[in-house]
Amino acid sequence: MTISYVMKRLIYLVFTALLVSLIVFSVTQLLPANAATMILGEYATDEALAVLNSKLGLDDPAIVQYFRWLSNVLQGDFGTSLRTSQPVGPTIMDALGRSAILAVTSLVLVCIVAIPLGVLAASRRGKPTDLGVSLVSYIGVSMPEFVLATLLLVWLASPSVGLFPASGYVPFSEDFWGGLHHIALPVLTLTIVLTAHISRMIRSEMADTLEMDFIRAGRLRGLSKRRVLFHHALRNSMLPAITVIALDVGYLIGGVIVVEEVFAFPGVGRQLILAIQNRDLPMIQAGALIMAGSYAVANLLADLAYGALDKRIKY
Amino acid sequence: MLSTMKTLRALMRSPQGAVGIVLVTLLLLISIFGPLLAPQDPESFNFGARFSPPSAEFLFGTDWFGRDLFSRILVGARSTVLLAILATVIGTASGALIGIFSGFVGGWVDELIMRTIDAIMAIPGLLLALMILTVLGSSSLNAVIAIGIAFAPGMARISRSTTLAVRELDYVSAARARGESKLWIIFAEILPNMVAPVIVEATIRVAFAIMTLATLSFLGLGAQPPSPEWGLMIAEAREHMFRSPWPILAPGISIALVAIAFNLLGDGLRDVLNPHSQE
Repeated sequence: MTISYVMKRLIYLVFTALLVSLIVFSVTQLLPANAATMILGEYATDEALAVLNSKLGLDDPAIVQYFRWLSNVLQGDFGTSLRTSQPVGPTIMDALGRSAILAVTSLVLVCIVAIPLGVLAASRRGKPTDLGVSLVSYIGVSMPEFVLATLLLVWLASPSVGLFPASGYVPFSEDFWGGLHHIALPVLTLTIVLTAHISRMIRSEMADTLEMDFIRAGRLRGLSKRRVLFHHALRNSMLPAITVIALDVGYLIGGVIVVEEVFAFPGVGRQLILAIQNRDLPMIQAGALIMAGSYAVANLLADLAYGALDKRIKY
Repeated sequence: MLSTMKTLRALMRSPQGAVGIVLVTLLLLISIFGPLLAPQDPESFNFGARFSPPSAEFLFGTDWFGRDLFSRILVGARSTVLLAILATVIGTASGALIGIFSGFVGGWVDELIMRTIDAIMAIPGLLLALMILTVLGSSSLNAVIAIGIAFAPGMARISRSTTLAVRELDYVSAARARGESKLWIIFAEILPNMVAPVIVEATIRVAFAIMTLATLSFLGLGAQPPSPEWGLMIAEAREHMFRSPWPILAPGISIALVAIAFNLLGDGLRDVLNPHSQE
């Protein structure tokens, strides 16, 4: 991997971020009512609207408004929430931290569970273990997060069982075990759904790799089955696995939105849904931008990891 | 027609294809005739039988108003399954048109379209659908449109790469040499060759569309009460979830079963139509 490749990917990231910011801004521009109408309510007089419009700069051409918004965002100023009148930036950053706890914990757990599961299924191809793993992951892939989350909630958080709290969040700095207790069900939901996705992919990648000549050569050389499986086959399946996991981060972000809503977890997803329900423009823009940005960064990291791991590819 | 029968016969030979096609056919029948099959009025209250578990009278039990869940599921199949198919059709058709156009025209137009598509695909699917719904407002039909738009870029990519592959083949050059018009080449030479990969992709997308549609309704941005849309049924049942699990289990299992059916059919179709890329 060369410096010029890293630079190229960084430039591509900036380009994507700009286009995404343009899309986010255009979408909110298309809304039937603008910020001034939302602040003053539907019975506002025309004069009051005109005054506020010019004060907020809403009379300027869209392109001028976009660049003003963008330069504010780049300085960390996401505007003021129309719902709470608080600055959006700090609110969304706090929420991002909490969402990141959910996302990163789930992703780590998924890697620990899904990769061995996929390898196991591929190495026992056609046997009961394989069919069992495939069946369970088939069901997992076909179960939307909100269904699984609600079922887990009914099962494990009902007053009679009471294993986990049904909703809310406790900061880890205040109460470590309480915090763990509160993220358990959301993380469990995300982990199950993503494991179903990723173990399926790993299984089919591994199954292809195991058909290749160098695997047979390894077995014929008398290497143990485990050594061939983990040293030869898995290493060659890791590269596609990284791409699959990075693509599933987009799926994970959708899952985070849903799971936060189900468990009333105060993250970016819940802020975004709340903002959409209240037509809170600056909050919608900030939430959407932050989530799309996280996805872009995840893809960048995956590409860089790919380049660093695969010695064959020269960029 | 002959090739359709051949595909169908090959499909019935693979276990997942056979199960998939039977389940999907059954589902389509239920979606179309659901209201006729429902044993009870899905909106009528039975206050004497609130939160009943499944019984001979109420096959899937009843909800907090004593409404028959089985009848509600049957009637709601229409607003879940048929609308998801509609969303997929919108996404597939518009995506395929954009992809063919882009691949066929080529040059800077192609470059511009594909880079825009890259940028749209850099936004996670559910997030994109949420943003579109922010503009359009919450309703079933708007959710369908949002899912269709969110599906179009992926479909455009697939049909563009197929177009590029087909465009260079001899019989297209032959058609060009014969002096056929561009439209004729697109519709008579390129389109038929795209049908197989596009249908495989679209079938698997229906499963996604069903899950996304239910998710949007669950979030309050799709179907509105008192619709028996399955995602909305679960959202409403959450208030009473610790009284009885049946109002959540019935629609939840239905959504998963429908998604499984379309996934099976899609996987079966891929094996039959696309022997090179099994799994």
